[in-house]
Amino acid sequence: MKMVEAIVKPFKLDEVKEALTKAGVQGMTVEEVKGFGRQKGHTELYRGAEYSVDFLPKVKIQILVPDDKAAKLVEVITDSAKTGKIGDGKIFVTPVEEVIRIRTGEKGEDAI
Amino acid sequence: MKRKIFGYVFAFMAMLLWASLSDRVSFAADESKEGVPAAEAPKAEAPSAVPAAPAAAAPAPKLPPYFTATSPDPKTPAPWPDPTGSASGVWATPAGDGKGDVPDKLSMQDLYDRMAHNLYSINYVWALVAGFLVMFMQAGFMLVETGLCRAKNASHTAAMNLMIYPLGCLAFWVYGFAIGWGNWWNGPVAPGWYPSLGPGLSVLNEGWGWGAAVDAAGKATGAFTYGLIGLKGWFLTGAVGDTAVLVLFFFMMVFMDTTATIPTGAMAERWAWKNYCLFGLWIALPYCLYGNWVWGGGWLAQGGINWGLGHGAVDFAGSGVVHSMGGVIALAGAMVLGPRIGKFNAQGRPNAMPGHDVPMVALGTFILAFGWFGFNPGSTLAGTDLRISYVVVNTMLAGIVGALAAMVTLMMKGLKPDTTMMCNGMLAGLVAITAPCAFVDPWAAAVIGLVAGWLVVVSVFFWEARGIDDPVGAISVHGVNGLWGVISVGIFATGQYGAGWNGVVRDGMVKLYGSDGVRGLLYGDFSQFIMQVIDAGTVAVFGFVMAFVWFKVSDLITPIRVSKEIEIEGLDGPEMGVLGYPDFQLHPSASGASAAIDVASAAASAPLGVQVRKVVTD
Repeated sequence: MKMVEAIVKPFKLDEVKEALTKAGVQGMTVEEVKGFGRQKGHTELYRGAEYSVDFLPKVKIQILVPDDKAAKLVEVITDSAKTGKIGDGKIFVTPVEEVIRIRTGEKGEDAI
Repeated sequence: MKRKIFGYVFAFMAMLLWASLSDRVSFAADESKEGVPAAEAPKAEAPSAVPAAPAAAAPAPKLPPYFTATSPDPKTPAPWPDPTGSASGVWATPAGDGKGDVPDKLSMQDLYDRMAHNLYSINYVWALVAGFLVMFMQAGFMLVETGLCRAKNASHTAAMNLMIYPLGCLAFWVYGFAIGWGNWWNGPVAPGWYPSLGPGLSVLNEGWGWGAAVDAAGKATGAFTYGLIGLKGWFLTGAVGDTAVLVLFFFMMVFMDTTATIPTGAMAERWAWKNYCLFGLWIALPYCLYGNWVWGGGWLAQGGINWGLGHGAVDFAGSGVVHSMGGVIALAGAMVLGPRIGKFNAQGRPNAMPGHDVPMVALGTFILAFGWFGFNPGSTLAGTDLRISYVVVNTMLAGIVGALAAMVTLMMKGLKPDTTMMCNGMLAGLVAITAPCAFVDPWAAAVIGLVAGWLVVVSVFFWEARGIDDPVGAISVHGVNGLWGVISVGIFATGQYGAGWNGVVRDGMVKLYGSDGVRGLLYGDFSQFIMQVIDAGTVAVFGFVMAFVWFKVSDLITPIRVSKEIEIEGLDGPEMGVLGYPDFQLHPSASGASAAIDVASAAASAPLGVQVRKVVTD
C-alpha cells in the first residue's frame, strides 16, 4: 500500500477530487496547509506598508492506495492539478506498513 | 453651544404658531385677545432672522412660566427642577368622558400651553433618539477596532470597546456631567434665547471661573468672564432632577463615550487591562473640562464676547470636543505605550500587521456612518430646528467624498484601494464635517470631506514614518481630521445659520448681512477663523498634555503595557481569560516562544498568526 500526499493549489481541489473519484478512489483526507517552495512566497501591501507572505495557502490531499494503482493515480493528480505556472505543488508517495479499519478491525488492502 | 440657535428657531417657531393660532382663533372669538400684537411682531421681523429680540420689545407679550427660569410670580418658587415634565406646558388629551380637553372650552392660553408641551416633546424625542444612534456607534467602534487587530487580540479589543461604555458612563455620572455642564445655564446666549428642552436646564447654574459677573445689586449672577468649570450635578442628585437635564445628560454622555473609545483603537494589542480600566474612569476629566469650555459656556465659547473673535469657538457636534480630544489622547497613549512588537524593523521601517477581519471593519464603518445621523443632526437638541436637513445632507456628503478621496489618493500613489483605508476615509470625512455640519453649504461639505479623505491617508503614513504605531488609524481619523473639522468652520461657514451664537450679535454684521450668523473667512469673517485655530490649538495641546501626564502617572500605579510574552501570545488568554476564536487553532509567531525576541523575525512571521482550519471532506 502507498500513501499519496498531494499539495496543490486550493482552487484546484475540486478538479482533483473529481478526477480521483472518477478513477475509483473511495476516500480521501484534505487539509488546509501553508508553505513555500522555490517560489518563496511574495509581498503584499496593507495600509501602505509592505509585508511578505512567506507561507502561501495550499491544500494537502491524502489518499491511500494499493501498490499497483499508485502510479496511475499520481498521473491523475498531476493532470488535474496542473496549471503550468509556478506553485502548482508536489506529490509524495510513501510506503504504508499497515492499515486498519476501526469499525470492523479489517486490515491491509481490505481496509482501504 | 448649540443652544443659542435652536433657541432662536424654537422661539421663532413658537411665535409663528402663536401667530397663526391667534389669527385663526380671532375669527371665531372676539378680537380683544392680546395675542394679536404679538402675532404681528414676528411677521414683521421675520426676515431679520432675529425673531426673539423684537418679540421682547413688543408691547408686553407676557411669556408663560415654562419659558422662564424664574417664577413670574415672586411669591411662588420657580417650578425647576421638574422631575416629571409637568411644568413644561400642559400635557392633556382630548376627552371622551368629559374629564380631558373639550376644544370649545379652551382659551388661547390653553391651546398655547398644549402646543408648547408638544414642541418640547418633539425636541426631547429627537435628542433622545439621536442619542440612541450615537450610543449604537459603540458597536461600530468595536467592529472597526477589533477587525483591524490580529485574531489573537480580538477578545481583548472587543472587551475594551465594550467596557469603555460602562466605565466612561459611570465617571460621567459621578463627576463628568457636573464639571462639564454644571454651569450650562450661565453660558453666553443671545438676547431672547430659549432652551429647546425647556428652562428646567436653568438648574445647571453653578460653576467657577475668572471674573465673576454681578448684577445691578452687586449679587453674583453665576456667570464668569472666563468660565472654567461647572460644579453642579454630581451623581445627578435631586438638585438637578429635571427631565430636561436628564435629556442633556444622556445626550452628552453618549458623546463622551465616543471620545473614550477612540484611544482603545490606537493603543490596542498591547494595553494592559487594569491600566485601561483606570483610564476609563479618568477620561471624563479632560473631556468634560474641554467640553465645558466649548459647549458648557466656558472661556472658548466666550471668545466672541471677550475678544471679539467671531462667535467664539464654534463646534457644532464635536469635531474638536469629541474627536480631536479622543485623537490626541490616542496619540499620547500610542507614544507612551510604544509600538507593537514587530511593527518596525531594525531600520525603523514599518511592517504591516494586517487586521484579521476586514468585513468586520466595513460593517463597523457602516454602523458608525449610520450613527453619525444621530451624532450631527441630533446636536441641534431640537427636532423643531429645521436646519437638521442641512446637517444630515452635509454629513452624508462629507462621508462619501471622504471615502472616495481616500481611494483616489491611494490609487494616485500607485497603491491598491485598501479596504481598511477607504473605511478610514469615510470616517475621516464624517469626523471633519462634525463641527461645521450646520454652518456650511453642501458643496463645502464635499470639499471638507475631500480634504479629509486625502488627509487621513497622508496622516496614516506620516505617523507611521515617525514610529507611532496606531493599529486602526484613530489618530489620523479622529485627531487630525477633528482639528481640520474645527478649522474648516472658520473657512466655510456661510453666515446663514447661527445668528447670535454664543451670545455674539455684532451690529456691523447685522447691518452688512442682515443677521450675524457664524461666518468663515470665505464669507467675510476672518476673526472666526482665528478663533477656530485657537480652539484647535487648545484641544491639541490641552488634550495631549493631560493624557501624556496621565498615562505616565497611571503607569506607576499599574503598568500600562503587557509583558512581551503576553503580547506575543496574544492578549486574549492571559488578559481576558477568553479567546476571541477558541475553535480555531492559532499559530502565534514561531519566534514568540523564545525569550530572546528577534524583532525582525517576529514581524516576518506576523502574517502567520492566522487560523489554520482542518477541513475533512468525505
